[in-house]
Amino acid sequence: MFLGRLADVAGTPEREVAAGPLAEVLADLPASLAIALLDERVRVALNGELVRAVETIVLEQGDELAFLPPVSGG
Amino acid sequence: MIDVRLLTQPFNPGQFVGPFTHAHPGLGGVCTFVGEVRGEDGVEALELSHYAPLTLPGMEALAARAASRFDLMGMMILHRTGVMLPGEPIVCVSAAASHRRAAFEAVDFAMDHLKSDSWFWKREKRGGVWTWIEPRGQDHSDLARWD
Repeated sequence: MFLGRLADVAGTPEREVAAGPLAEVLADLPASLAIALLDERVRVALNGELVRAVETIVLEQGDELAFLPPVSGG
Repeated sequence: MIDVRLLTQPFNPGQFVGPFTHAHPGLGGVCTFVGEVRGEDGVEALELSHYAPLTLPGMEALAARAASRFDLMGMMILHRTGVMLPGEPIVCVSAAASHRRAAFEAVDFAMDHLKSDSWFWKREKRGGVWTWIEPRGQDHSDLARWD
């Protein structure tokens, strides 16, 4: 899932991807989108839980991954 | 009583503040803040999106933190999502306490954290064009007041 402005970059609020390590998932996305998702300010949630060690993520069948850009504030 | 809700339709804050107040007999004071969509600068509409698994639990944790920090009798946080027009309420925060200062401060605390530390993304429409609202430095200095 892509939240906030990332949905515009992706052109969709959500997208199905094949299971596997995050690096492989990102490699299958358009480069401009992958770069936006890798921005250090973007947080990642796996099945609704924030993940700190993003590089360790391996998606399994049915998992939901969400990319959360900085919140808007005022 | 902790009452935290995400609302998808326009709401009348008074309809919620009344029952919230009555739920705390013997209270010393209730402080309520209502934030509305500003109509300035040609803003035609505001849209708030959220991420359900994080947004509501985060608001509930915030309400619990405020209630314990300020020794409240109750706290209510109502937040809109979806498309809103200028003049519509976005947020309503109420704190019920034995003493007024705790109620004032709890509402201020909750608003600063809702603004800069809750999972909401906003975009506004001007001249028919939607633009995402980026974080402001002010939000972080607002938060730092409570460290």
